[in-house]
Amino acid sequence: MKFGTEIVLLSLFAFAALVAAGFGVDEAFRQHMWVLFFALVGFNAILMRNTDFKLAAPIDPAAYMDGPIRYGAIATVFWGVVGMLVGVVIALQLAYPHLNIEPWFNFGRLRPLHTSGVIFAFGGNALLCTSLYVVQRTSRARLFGGNLAWFVFWGYQLFIVMAATGYLLGITEGREYAEPEWYVDLWLTIVWVAYLVLFLGTILKRKEPHIYVANWFYLSFIVTIAMLHVVNNLSMPVSLLGSKSYSAFSGVQDALTQWWYGHNAVGFFLTAGFLGMMYYFVPKQANRPVYSYRLSIIHFWALIFLYIWAGPHHLHYTALPDWAQTLGMVFSIMLWMPSWGGMINGLMTLSGAWDKLRTDPIIRMMVAAVAFYGMSTFEGPMMSIKTVNSLSHYTDWTIGHVHSGALGWVGMISFGAIYYMVPKLWNRERLYSLRLVAWHFWLASLGIVVYAAVMWVSGIMQGLMWREYDEQGFLVYTFAETVAAMHPYYVMRAAGGAMYLSGALIMAWNIAMTIFGYQREEDPMPGSIDALQPAE
Amino acid sequence: MSTQYIDDMSGVSTTGHEWDGIRELNNPLPRWWVITFYVTIAWAIGYTIAYPAWPMLSSATRGVLGFSSRGEVKNEMAAAEAAKTKYVAAIKSKSVSEIAGDDALREFAVSAGGAAFRVNCVQCHGSGAQGSKGFPNLNDDDWLWGGKMEQIQQTITHGIRFTADGDTRQSEMPAFADVLQPEQIAQVSAFVASLSGAVKDKSMSEPGAKVFAENCAVCHGENAKGNREFGAPDLTDAIWLYGPGEAAIASQVRAPKGGVMPAWIERLGEIKVKELAVYVHSLGGGE
Repeated sequence: MKFGTEIVLLSLFAFAALVAAGFGVDEAFRQHMWVLFFALVGFNAILMRNTDFKLAAPIDPAAYMDGPIRYGAIATVFWGVVGMLVGVVIALQLAYPHLNIEPWFNFGRLRPLHTSGVIFAFGGNALLCTSLYVVQRTSRARLFGGNLAWFVFWGYQLFIVMAATGYLLGITEGREYAEPEWYVDLWLTIVWVAYLVLFLGTILKRKEPHIYVANWFYLSFIVTIAMLHVVNNLSMPVSLLGSKSYSAFSGVQDALTQWWYGHNAVGFFLTAGFLGMMYYFVPKQANRPVYSYRLSIIHFWALIFLYIWAGPHHLHYTALPDWAQTLGMVFSIMLWMPSWGGMINGLMTLSGAWDKLRTDPIIRMMVAAVAFYGMSTFEGPMMSIKTVNSLSHYTDWTIGHVHSGALGWVGMISFGAIYYMVPKLWNRERLYSLRLVAWHFWLASLGIVVYAAVMWVSGIMQGLMWREYDEQGFLVYTFAETVAAMHPYYVMRAAGGAMYLSGALIMAWNIAMTIFGYQREEDPMPGSIDALQPAE
Repeated sequence: MSTQYIDDMSGVSTTGHEWDGIRELNNPLPRWWVITFYVTIAWAIGYTIAYPAWPMLSSATRGVLGFSSRGEVKNEMAAAEAAKTKYVAAIKSKSVSEIAGDDALREFAVSAGGAAFRVNCVQCHGSGAQGSKGFPNLNDDDWLWGGKMEQIQQTITHGIRFTADGDTRQSEMPAFADVLQPEQIAQVSAFVASLSGAVKDKSMSEPGAKVFAENCAVCHGENAKGNREFGAPDLTDAIWLYGPGEAAIASQVRAPKGGVMPAWIERLGEIKVKELAVYVHSLGGGE
């Protein structure tokens, strides 16, 4: 029977949630379990409506399994729009504090909703679906483990829903980028191990003699995130029926564990994973060979070896011992060239195909992504230098840096991959509209430039105001004055974010129309020339 | 699929591998990339020799420069203190008027007082000392308890209506809701409002003058110019601590509010209080 086991297991799971909703020791936990219960019951109802008592048709073991990837592409676009929308909302809350609506929609709860929304929901789904797309095609093997891919996809969506609703209910561990509480963490661990088995199993049954470089990056991302997630979230729940837990670490050890996690979430989630994406989609879209095999090997091993030690640079001038700060800083400096290896390979892959920049907005998006990658991986080591950090730390400069990486690199490379994949996944001849992609590109680029430039100016201004002394040696500004000085920049930052969001909305429209099978009648992109006719 | 293949466009051979149509060129590592990578590694090694870096069994290498974050802070703090010693000693031994009489000393005290003000006072008096409802503006020349430097020093030292300090400035306006008829309160409010504005309704403000003379003049004075002995405000200068208009005045007459300012001497010490007094005096309204 189709879905038989799934329906039974989901029912049991839903019943457990119902029991927990009844006996939970704190109000937030009970509410959260009601959310879980309704999510599971709703999903089960969908399965029941689609169940079938006939035996499922045999599956062609040679065909690629693209169902979960199609869902993943849609989820990527959906969560992208949601996460970016929340980002614009919290940007406006900073500029206009009256927009904080107690208790669910104040800044403190929406901020993790935004960061988790864009990193784990948007970025995570992008990585999930592209990694499964890439690993099948570069291994010439169907995904391992039957319906395991479906479990990973839906299990990850459940994690997102539980994390997001938990934030709004005020359930948090208070660890940046690791806010979900212990029971949500446990669920993610199960899903993530399943993802590792799925990915590794597919690689093991590959029909190619070698493992393609994109898969090295994806695999390092999956393995390292599993390790980071488990160690950083080691904690003791107050009650097995309650939402609160306490970390296994305390004091400066806790801070270091958290930033070991936080920095490598950037390194392995937002860098290594998306480099995997770049290594497949850039050569495919440009139709050119990868520039240098040797560079890809050297920069891969250098990157993953060096990145893991760089976390302490988030704790310069704190209680962290000086020796750990020094090591965090020098490993960050050494990380500069290994990071740039990816940029070189990405950009140089285009040599011989530069003319496509004029005619292909998808390539343009990918090139912009790689350029922003290069910029933020230069800026990162620079900001890790203690002298620079003493100015930049705790200011909006950090936020600007993160966003030039997140909007520029992570966002743009994901958009490029989605635009490449969707017509192929749904067997469409082409996208609904290439001109809309060009619109998306310009809106997004302009949005990033506004956002990053504004945050540089305001962050440096903020840092300088904080440390401004008069000639007698006394502080010049009050903290409130530095906050007031930020207001115009906060407004401009929200405008930059809104531009980026509007680009994403255009993408959502374009992708939806492509999936529905429409093709917009439009002139070809300006600059494209007809193929040259051979001389007669 | 190891078939050697030469890329037409670049003339470079591939590694012979191919995945889903993707090949890899056999280009060498860019020379500038390798050199820069080595330079960063060499720099990193040098830096870890110079600064505290390598963890050992029970401590870490100290670095040949002998740097430590705590030592750096200590030195900077000591240097800052040393630069101030001369002034601080003078401020300790002199009265606020003497401090104000010495140009260099006054300049220092205003800077120091300003810094202390931005940390301790702005929460109530505002970042520009402009005050707000219930919190006096310190830039104008309207003083409840006196605008001479010593008077300001007294206020900061002992606070206002701060019961923990025996020498605090003390006053309490009685609530007239039980003493006067509602009509009399309306009349006296109209009278007080007319002192700094146009007379709107003579039928109200004229009997209000009589109410004022009988009930209010004892503290606020016959001419309503106030009395700093009791912190009784001047009612003729159009500066209103609890808002302008007859309604706000009537509310103050019925059930008066009076703010509390803490005594700062315990927390800040004599030197900071003197500096603050000189700073507040310099804001524009000092007498």
